[in-house]
Amino acid sequence: MEATHAQDHGHGHPTGLMRWITTTNHKDIGTLYLWFAFIMLLAGGCLALLIRAELFQPGMQVVTPEFFNQLTTLHGLIMVFGAIMPAMVGFANWQVPMMIGAPDMAFPRMNNWSFWLLPVAAIMLVSSFFVPGGASAGGWTMYPPLFLQGGISNDMTIFAVHILGISSIMGAINIVTTILNMRAPGMTMMKMPLFVWTWLITAYLLIAVMPVLAGTVTMLLTDRHFGTNFFNAAGGGDPVMFQHIFWFFGHPEVYIMILPAFGIVSQVIPAFARKPLFGYASMVYATGSIAILSFIVWAHHMFTTGMPTSAQLFFMYATMLIAVPTGVKVFNWVATMWRGSMTFETPMLFAIGFVCLFTIGGFTGLVLAITPVDIQLQDTYYVVAHFHYVLVSGSLYAIFAGVYFWLPKWTGRMYDEKLGKLHFWLSTIFFNILFFPMHFLGLAGMPRRIPDYALQFADFNALATIGAFGFGLSQLILLVVVLKCIKSGAKAADHTWEGADSLEWTHLSSPPPYHSFVTPPVVK
Amino acid sequence: MSDHQAGSYYLPEPSGWPIVGSAAVALLTSGLVMWSNHIASGGWVILAGLLVLFYMMFGWFGTVIAESESGKYDQQVDRSFRWGMSWFIFSEVMFFAAFFGALFYMRVLSVPWLGEGDTNAMLWEGFKATWPTAGPLGAENIGFGKEVAAGANQFSPMEALGIPAINTLILLTSGVTLTVAHWGLKKGNRGQLNLWLALTVLLGVVFLGLQAYEYHHAYTKMGLTLGAGAYGATFFMLTGFHGLHVTIGTIMLAVILVRCLKGHFKPESHFAFEAVSWYWHFVDVVWLGLFVFVYWL
Repeated sequence: MEATHAQDHGHGHPTGLMRWITTTNHKDIGTLYLWFAFIMLLAGGCLALLIRAELFQPGMQVVTPEFFNQLTTLHGLIMVFGAIMPAMVGFANWQVPMMIGAPDMAFPRMNNWSFWLLPVAAIMLVSSFFVPGGASAGGWTMYPPLFLQGGISNDMTIFAVHILGISSIMGAINIVTTILNMRAPGMTMMKMPLFVWTWLITAYLLIAVMPVLAGTVTMLLTDRHFGTNFFNAAGGGDPVMFQHIFWFFGHPEVYIMILPAFGIVSQVIPAFARKPLFGYASMVYATGSIAILSFIVWAHHMFTTGMPTSAQLFFMYATMLIAVPTGVKVFNWVATMWRGSMTFETPMLFAIGFVCLFTIGGFTGLVLAITPVDIQLQDTYYVVAHFHYVLVSGSLYAIFAGVYFWLPKWTGRMYDEKLGKLHFWLSTIFFNILFFPMHFLGLAGMPRRIPDYALQFADFNALATIGAFGFGLSQLILLVVVLKCIKSGAKAADHTWEGADSLEWTHLSSPPPYHSFVTPPVVK
Repeated sequence: MSDHQAGSYYLPEPSGWPIVGSAAVALLTSGLVMWSNHIASGGWVILAGLLVLFYMMFGWFGTVIAESESGKYDQQVDRSFRWGMSWFIFSEVMFFAAFFGALFYMRVLSVPWLGEGDTNAMLWEGFKATWPTAGPLGAENIGFGKEVAAGANQFSPMEALGIPAINTLILLTSGVTLTVAHWGLKKGNRGQLNLWLALTVLLGVVFLGLQAYEYHHAYTKMGLTLGAGAYGATFFMLTGFHGLHVTIGTIMLAVILVRCLKGHFKPESHFAFEAVSWYWHFVDVVWLGLFVFVYWL
């Protein structure tokens, strides 16, 4: 254990609130990102619970149909842009400099700004509930012509998306530059921990597609207020064009949310299987392949808009092709566990939960990729089930795995293993009660984004709502675990998990010093 | 503080500028929301946002310039700036790609669809799919170089020859003058640097002046507005965002010029100068795309 630098939190630095507002430290900023994401997770979760409360029984009980639409729209926007993406950037902030042997991120001040733009956007989004007409109600995808017709809140959504985009682009540029320029001597690209690799590729995706989203919401704004006809056929435009540009952003976006999750799981599983990751190089190439393919599959979100058969076939096959590199990854995770000395601490439980449940979401994705099947299932609860299996038991589970895995490193204290396991089991049971029935609802034809439904769907909906409240309340356990860990957790060892071999475990104290590596370690 | 210079990579102290920037963005975006919805005082909120934004940029860039001039940045920091600027320009390329994508989609797909088959027969029978067009219900295209009477539901598309061609020459020339200035900087010939850089700024300003004249002419004499359907929307959004980037680029060049006059930059280290020239060349290349696909073809 070298480099046990004196604990130094910067003499003369601001303290209290000003410490967090002015900080240029990657760990402080990572912490801010993670807390922000957690608050947004609870906010978006409350919206989801309102949705499920309304859907507990057929008929209208809790909310009005207009408000229901606002709930589904803001739930999507808040979870995608407010919870999952910032949480992943939080991990990148904490982990990337430590894992590559750098003192901090490449652009510490810009790093601060990337974070502090998020609350501005969040306030703009959430406060749009209180303007005349209520929040945006056309779905998180903002499709015209509906989105062109709404009130002032749609403009607030547009500008919130702009701010979030600026934040993401700056964050991504920072991460790419840090990885390419700040690696310790001897840390060649193919020696980087897989989490760093997945974030390098994710950051590239962000820089490539967030500006496209900014462009297309700008077209929405000018169509709404400044007389342009991008999405109006009477002026030579086309509403479907929005969907093409949006999903050119939107499909890489789903990999932006899952690739860092792959990275986290690829750190956790080898640590608890006590074996090196199986097929490291193939993992890197699979991640790259997924990223490249993500640019040529977007129209599988649009099979029912009417497109030439040749285009449908192309997008169907291209989409199915993504299952190959993803399959490589799942195979490698399982092969890593094969004959390993496995133990099942909370991070490992969430990682294994990820592998099992994400794979179910991956399979339903393949089902939806088949054009004729998709035409049947488009906009049904089958789609809702699919993307919650990949986003909740995928991205969110990886986030949980990462939080439990690195909490001892970040805080220098152990979390409560019993409560962690309880969190995992309750989450997993209620998650499946919540989302598994939605497959059946969708196959039976229940449409999504509708506040009322036919009697035949009543039982599964009641079940899903029970699951939703169980799942939602289970997340409070995480809050308790984290607070307890910070306040009174037992002292954690520097090398908490003996199977983990990246630099933050082998070279740094728990908690690590203010600037992770003042003298870069030499990587052999 | 000593701990911050222990490693060679410069790590800045905590900074208040980012939060000032966030305040600026908050004002700017809420002002834009208000202004778009005709809420009184929206314009003032935008103005306040812009002022705070400029204050932030003065302060933040001023800090960076002071750090740079006092020699705090080593080779590795310099490389970070290079990577950062390259990826920023790439993000700008993708922003323009969205609008070029919209242009190609309309010209190749959606406009022809409106003019053929069932779509044409059921929606707007008799609509002829040509380009430039303002769509089936938009203003009528009366051909190049015709003056449109005020109030008539007609437009005349922009010709490539004339101002756009002159502007192409101006931008291409400005790329050359900027390179000559860069040579001057590398040779240590400050006179050459200042003269040719000033010339570049001047060319940028002339370009913007001509563009403003072109817009005014389009609105008043040609019936060509943002509302002129697919053609008007793509024309003004593409050239407008390009013009905005030329404006930003010209301001950046002017800042660099002031710094040159103050004696900043050394022959072997002058990344701010290079970053601005990369940006300027990028703006130049976007213009070539515009000239070919918006004005010419």
